[in-house]
Amino acid sequence: MSIKVNGKQVIWIENETVKQLLKRMKYTFPLVVVKINDKLVPRSSYTETIIPDKAKIAVIHMISGG
Amino acid sequence: MVEGQIPIEEYKTGNTKHKWDFNKLNFAHRIVAEYDYKKGEINKGYANRTLYINLESREIKEKKVTEDMKKKFTGGRGFGLKLLWDGIKPSTRWDSNENELIITTGPLCGATQYPGSGKSICLTVSPLKDIICDSNVGGFFGPYLKFAGFDAVEIQGKAKHDVIIIIDGEKGKITVETAPLEETDSHLLNEQLTHMYASEDNDKSRQKISVVTAGKGAKNSYWGCLNFSFYDIRRKVSRMKQAGRGGLGTVFRDKKIKAIVAKVESFTGISNNPANPNKIASVGTKLHREIRDLDRYQCNMRAVGTSHLVEVMDEYDLLPCENYRFGSFPKASKIYSPKFYERFTKIIPDGCWHGCTMACSKTVDGFKVKTGPYKDQKVTVDGPEYETIACGSNMGLWNPDWILEFNFYCDTYGLDTISTGTSIAFYMEMYEYGILNKKRCDNLELCFGNFDAVMEFIHRLAKDNKSEFITVAGKGIRCVKDWLKKNSWGDPLLIDDCGMESKGLEYSEYVTKESLAMQGGYGLTLKGPQHDEAWLIFMDMVNNAIPTFKEKAEALHYYPMWRTWFGLNGLCKLPWNDIEPANNAETEEPTKVPEHVQNYVEYQNAMTGWNITKDDLIMQSERCYNWQRAMNVWMGRGRRKDDWIPYRSMGPVTEVEYLSRKDRYNKLIVEKLGIKEDEVEKMDTINKIKLLYDYRQDQYQKLADAVYFRRGWTPNGIPTPQKMKKLGFTDKKILDMLQKAIDEDDIKGLNVWGGKYKKGEKPPSIDPKYWEKWKTL
Repeated sequence: MSIKVNGKQVIWIENETVKQLLKRMKYTFPLVVVKINDKLVPRSSYTETIIPDKAKIAVIHMISGG
Repeated sequence: MVEGQIPIEEYKTGNTKHKWDFNKLNFAHRIVAEYDYKKGEINKGYANRTLYINLESREIKEKKVTEDMKKKFTGGRGFGLKLLWDGIKPSTRWDSNENELIITTGPLCGATQYPGSGKSICLTVSPLKDIICDSNVGGFFGPYLKFAGFDAVEIQGKAKHDVIIIIDGEKGKITVETAPLEETDSHLLNEQLTHMYASEDNDKSRQKISVVTAGKGAKNSYWGCLNFSFYDIRRKVSRMKQAGRGGLGTVFRDKKIKAIVAKVESFTGISNNPANPNKIASVGTKLHREIRDLDRYQCNMRAVGTSHLVEVMDEYDLLPCENYRFGSFPKASKIYSPKFYERFTKIIPDGCWHGCTMACSKTVDGFKVKTGPYKDQKVTVDGPEYETIACGSNMGLWNPDWILEFNFYCDTYGLDTISTGTSIAFYMEMYEYGILNKKRCDNLELCFGNFDAVMEFIHRLAKDNKSEFITVAGKGIRCVKDWLKKNSWGDPLLIDDCGMESKGLEYSEYVTKESLAMQGGYGLTLKGPQHDEAWLIFMDMVNNAIPTFKEKAEALHYYPMWRTWFGLNGLCKLPWNDIEPANNAETEEPTKVPEHVQNYVEYQNAMTGWNITKDDLIMQSERCYNWQRAMNVWMGRGRRKDDWIPYRSMGPVTEVEYLSRKDRYNKLIVEKLGIKEDEVEKMDTINKIKLLYDYRQDQYQKLADAVYFRRGWTPNGIPTPQKMKKLGFTDKKILDMLQKAIDEDDIKGLNVWGGKYKKGEKPPSIDPKYWEKWKTL
């Protein structure tokens, strides 16, 4: 059982929320956009949105920097 | 007073206790040249003239800005390139008499309604690189130069004695005068001249002065920066921002310029006389609100400036540690932004130009200096910004106060913190390998983490009598590489691979090993490895959004055009994508921040009265970008070989680096090179490093192929005449020069792709002269 995060295979964890996934992936950068199966997840829903098995997750980091 | 605010009299800012005899200083001045000019009005963002000063012939004159110049070069950096093209020769080097130092503004520079609108752009032929280097900077000078009547100042020739140039917008007078008695170090010289040239002895008058200075370090090294002052009326301190890259301050001091002073009579938010001031106000207000409401949840720049990036880069393995060997370090949390937040003076607006809500220009006031000529004095330290803090991690300095000391002395000596820090980090690594040692380093134990040695190195750099090591070391990494190899000290390949410079310019502070696109963002550039062309690490390495060479090439076309555009207009980059609108995530291309792109279209149109689209903005940049590359070719550079980068920026050079990320690299060898996992396990580290070495260098060559093709250049990286014509350039001199260079490359067999393409792989074009088909475009 796995999910794809930014094109990379990652183990799926039952009942894991978007917020927990970001923590697991060490994605600490504040300017990110999260999409599950191409559907945008509002920032306010990160704590309650559960990642489904086999999901395709895009965690788009804005450019920033410099 | 805001809750928690400290009354101004309780601030201990430093820099304010000095007393000077201004009559004595003034009395020693001797006028070298004078020029009276008619004060004019700025029209739709342009003063419509530039100022030319020749320090040798003492000629001062005005040059008209034509409509054609605006159309082709827009302003700012574009104007600088045009003036350099007319003023220098292909053989001009940094210390040639005809080399020019140019400070430009841009049509949006000086507006106060839109955040980040106070940038100047400086250009010169760089001592580090022998090609043109540009560097942008905040502070009040750029806006004041324009309000005094000029879109740019162009300085040629060298003075016989130290001089100050005064651009007096109050009287309409330019004066060049000798200045033998003033201080040399920037924090004092800025303060002296701000007081000396203010019309009255009060803060309001001092705020109408801005000073450009360098310092002793700038004179004695190739890392000279320019300090641009802005008088902080709350702190009562003349603060400074830096045009750091490429040795601008070295050229400044070589011309014997001690300072340039700009003075204005008055200015308002509409001194630019915009075509549509209401529109600028409405676009600006929208962004002000966005920053005010959202910054604290996003990058928190208003509180900690760019220092917030330290923890981000450490988490993502991108923070340069010990000369870029590692991207994170166990001690890194000691220099995270909260450590600097504790030291920053709070609740004072910190913009480096009026009206910037981003206000990222932080200071540590009352900092007690521990070393050197100002030991035990209290000073105001501007910054540190992310890059300077990351110089600390690169040198193994894990103490915020050490980084502040490094920051203070680099600024006041006129040294670019990035080049200084990156170079010292390289010298430290060479010291660790025994290639350098105490004897070879002028008796300094220049090993990682040795703060005392770092500071002593910097103090010696600021002295006129220097040892061989300090002299060579101050000329930068490229010089030291040659020096080490000439003396047969160490393995030449190791030296080349570890010294983080390209085109002679030292790297800025990001680890790029795992992002091919960012390797291109540093190498496939005009001036060298500075992050102000493209910062693609997240997009490439984390988002995995540009996996193919073609997609990376498109990003390496599009994003540098934006950063270029800010330099054409006098804008800061940060309000573009270090803050995003609340609904940005819902847009089709959130990484491009579409609402902000639209803001820029409306802002430039409202200022100039033009009717441009977002594609036109890109075209403005593309013209300038290609012109600068063409000038590199004209000066004997601008080829594939000049875009090469050291292997340390592509992958692990040493065993310790490989072993520290062993799983990552082993996996890569399995996935990319098709070697079985058990075989990889059995291989020794040296062989695995060699496999990666060849693979990653070939990847870089293939990236260069794709990028050159996308940019409309030859396989050897020369902008084609066809491309230049498409951009609207008809100048026969430049078109003929490019054609000649291409023909010469042809004879040498250099018009070929650099990548090794295997079966099933294709170069960008199989037509050997693909660009000739573009004639009809």
